[in-house]
Amino acid sequence: MSSVLFFIAAIGVLAGAIGVVVLRNPIYCVLALVVHLVALAVLFLLLRAEFVAAIQVVIYAGAVMVLYVFVVAYVGGEAENIGARLRSAGPTGAALRRAGAILAAALLVELLIALLGTGLSAINRHGAAYTPGPQAYGTPAYIGKLLLTRFLLAFEIASFLLLIAAVGGVVLAGRSTGAVRDSDQAPGDGPPPESPSEPMGVPAITGSMAEGVGGSA
Amino acid sequence: MSTAAWAWLVLAFPLAGMLIVAFGFRVVWGRGAGWIATGAILLSFGASIGALISLQQHAPAHRQIVSTLYHYASTVGVNADMSILVDPLSVFMILVVSGVSTLIHLYSVSYMESDRGYARYFAYLNFFVFAMLLLVLAGNFLLLTVGWAFVGAASYMLISFWYRRSTATRAGIYAFVINVVGDVGMVLGTYFIFKHTHTLDLLGSFHAASGGAFGHATNNGDLVAGCVMLLVAAFAKSAQLPLHTWLPDAMEGPTPVSSLIHAATMVTAGVYLIARTHTLFELAPSAQDVGAIVGVATLVVAGTIALAQPDIKRVIAYSTMSQIGYMIMGVSVGAYAAGMFHLMTHAFFKALLFMGAGSLIGAMAGEQSLDRMGGLRRALPFTFAAFVIGGLALSGIPPFSGFFSKDEILLVTGERGGWHWALYVLGYIGALLTAIYTFRMIFRAFFGEPVEEARKLEAGVVPHAHPANPATGEPEDTGVGFPGPTHAIAERALPMRVAMWLLALGAIGAGLIQIPKVDFVIDDFLRPSFGNSSLYATHTKNGLLTVGLVLGTVIGLVGIAIAYFAWVVRPGTATVVRERVPALYRLLANKWYFDAALERVVVAPMVALGRLARGDIERVFVDEALVGGTSAIVRAGSAAVRAAQSGFVRYYAALLILGVAGVSFYFLLQT
Amino acid sequence: MTIAWYLAVSAIVFTLGAIGVITRRNPLVVLLCLELMLNGGNLALVAFSRMWGDGDGQILAIVVLTVAACEVCIGLGLVVAIYRRRLPIDVDEMRELHG
Repeated sequence: MSSVLFFIAAIGVLAGAIGVVVLRNPIYCVLALVVHLVALAVLFLLLRAEFVAAIQVVIYAGAVMVLYVFVVAYVGGEAENIGARLRSAGPTGAALRRAGAILAAALLVELLIALLGTGLSAINRHGAAYTPGPQAYGTPAYIGKLLLTRFLLAFEIASFLLLIAAVGGVVLAGRSTGAVRDSDQAPGDGPPPESPSEPMGVPAITGSMAEGVGGSA
Repeated sequence: MSTAAWAWLVLAFPLAGMLIVAFGFRVVWGRGAGWIATGAILLSFGASIGALISLQQHAPAHRQIVSTLYHYASTVGVNADMSILVDPLSVFMILVVSGVSTLIHLYSVSYMESDRGYARYFAYLNFFVFAMLLLVLAGNFLLLTVGWAFVGAASYMLISFWYRRSTATRAGIYAFVINVVGDVGMVLGTYFIFKHTHTLDLLGSFHAASGGAFGHATNNGDLVAGCVMLLVAAFAKSAQLPLHTWLPDAMEGPTPVSSLIHAATMVTAGVYLIARTHTLFELAPSAQDVGAIVGVATLVVAGTIALAQPDIKRVIAYSTMSQIGYMIMGVSVGAYAAGMFHLMTHAFFKALLFMGAGSLIGAMAGEQSLDRMGGLRRALPFTFAAFVIGGLALSGIPPFSGFFSKDEILLVTGERGGWHWALYVLGYIGALLTAIYTFRMIFRAFFGEPVEEARKLEAGVVPHAHPANPATGEPEDTGVGFPGPTHAIAERALPMRVAMWLLALGAIGAGLIQIPKVDFVIDDFLRPSFGNSSLYATHTKNGLLTVGLVLGTVIGLVGIAIAYFAWVVRPGTATVVRERVPALYRLLANKWYFDAALERVVVAPMVALGRLARGDIERVFVDEALVGGTSAIVRAGSAAVRAAQSGFVRYYAALLILGVAGVSFYFLLQT
Repeated sequence: MTIAWYLAVSAIVFTLGAIGVITRRNPLVVLLCLELMLNGGNLALVAFSRMWGDGDGQILAIVVLTVAACEVCIGLGLVVAIYRRRLPIDVDEMRELHG
């Protein structure tokens, strides 16, 4: 049973990954990643990491990807025609892609050899024995206890990092101050051309998100 | 105080004087620099007398004292110490050097009074005296070479003292380059000698040499080579043929400089060198013969050239060259005491002549050519007297000092016998020439129709002229780097008169200390230095002595008479003679074409080589190939590396992944 | 399935992410592929944690998840700022740091 589940989830993971890399429209890429994340959560469940799987779905697929959707909707970017781009891109671009593909392939081969070719006999087993219980391996209580005792420092630093990221995000995308406002626009520029993913034109005066979404005010 | 302590003091005073004047020239008030410098040399002279007295208190066998200040270096069998050798020969030299230097410093205080470079002059002069004393007191070849080089440097600095005058700077460089040739000879000679004696110490070398370090036969190849190299050094420093061409040009320096360096002291360094290393020379008679022949050749050639020179300082310069030829000849044939004696008397009367020339040139407001001088006898009585005394001493008229010293050299030469008779005869021919050109100079300048400057001086007005280069006539100013606005005349400056008086006393009376058969002061004094010499015998054959004394006097008087006839009685004689033998006159006026020959044989190829080096080798090979090539390689390399900074983020990511793959590959290989 | 299968999947996901980072021109998609690589690492971590039987790998996976969230926040903020400055949204166009 678990083998079947494994294969289904694995195929989902790989399909999502390939979709992110190959699909042209950025929104489709985001959706492919969501599929990938959910399938990965199933894999985590198979590995008895219940809490991590839950976290993955709720936070990663739930919050981070929603943020992504918002930004892709706002920013967009044209759908790339990879084939044409590959051919028409400058010499650096095309050569880079080919070289990059070869490099990545080499990396894959090495990783496989490394991971699978080691003398670790344990990877050919199914993992440690599992004893169910209230604080068994993988339960939230178990993780919580570990977080607050052994990994307290990492926990605190990670939360600090989140705070920094939040502040940084607000600063980066926040309202431009007066001095910068004028130089935001190149002289002689009218409103930028409409892109298909934008329902309305970007306002001439950039301000907060509310102004941006609600039109000029 | 011990003798060595006195000797160190002799060295210390001029060094201190130089440092005080050189570093304190803004602080030392007005003309104080000159007095400080003179005082320093006077103290040095006092210390020399102290050294003399202290030395004579030792027993004659112990009068060669070596004193080491510190060990400088000791490697590969070479011991370099800062050590001095105090023995009769060096004490003799330091007395002469410091004594004459004091008087010349005193003279310079007046002579250079209005010069803007006053302090610099005295600093250089003190440095020169220090260097000369170091040379003379040196106890090993290393210090001797150091003193040798310093003296050459001081000579350069003082010849080109008026540095804005292009002729002066050219002359300074000329002198220095020829000096360097001599320095090379010095070092090579030292090497050849060191190769066998294995010590740089002077006394040690001499002991080793006479003990058989060069084998027991004379004229060992290395020894002859070494001695000939030392002779090259001596000839360059003492302006003997063929390295003499710098001395007349060195007259571009101020007159006191000419009198000190190029008459009394530096040019006698070569004579001192040969006398000091006499042990080695006696073991290499071939080198001695070379020295004697060059000495006598210079003597005669310089005498002939002096007959045709119009510039008064150059006449005296050639006279110096000729007299040093005597000295070189003397110490090369074994007349060490006589050579040293002539060195001393020559210092007196030649410095006196130069001082007189300085006063004369000052009276002529900077004019140096004999063609423009005449009848200055009544206007400059003191200067005239100085010239006459110096001239009589130079011509070898008894009882003046030059007579005794010069004739003693010729006496010893004659006694050597064999082919030295040729030297004897040529020596007397040289004496005749000496008398003629000396009194030519005196009669032309002081007799005859008084020139305009003379009439002005008799009326009490000091002549004045626009400042100009005496040789080329181009106009100058009187700022720093050129002579000052006022010229000093002996009749009006007391320090000059005092100095000239003292030198005149020396020129008159110094001969009396070594009258043949009567007293042997110099012989006895110098004997401990030359004790091991087989040629230092002083018993002279009576017959030759009488002939020599009479012949010397007669020749001197005949020379004066010829000069009197040609330039006072019938003033046009010289012109008539010149027209009769134009080729001979041209030969003499062009200084036997030595300058032209040097120019063509040495200077022109060097200049061509230099141009080739700069144009082809330097520009093409070094600049473009080596330097340019290296920088082109570096530039190409950095351009290649710069390609990695393309700015593409994906490119960087690809490099990252390449790196990760590489590292994993490496670790995979490890397992 | 033995742990080895999970590790193989992890390696493939990681490599796919690497290819995506090099290949795509839209910076948003590049960031997405970066997430792929992080997820591949997460899978490996959890797999090894299961292998050894203690929770260290899972904790680390949670931390990685947190860091990924922060990085996404900042990265997206950057992209928004670039968009607001009217610059083209193309990694190839943003190469002012070239040498």
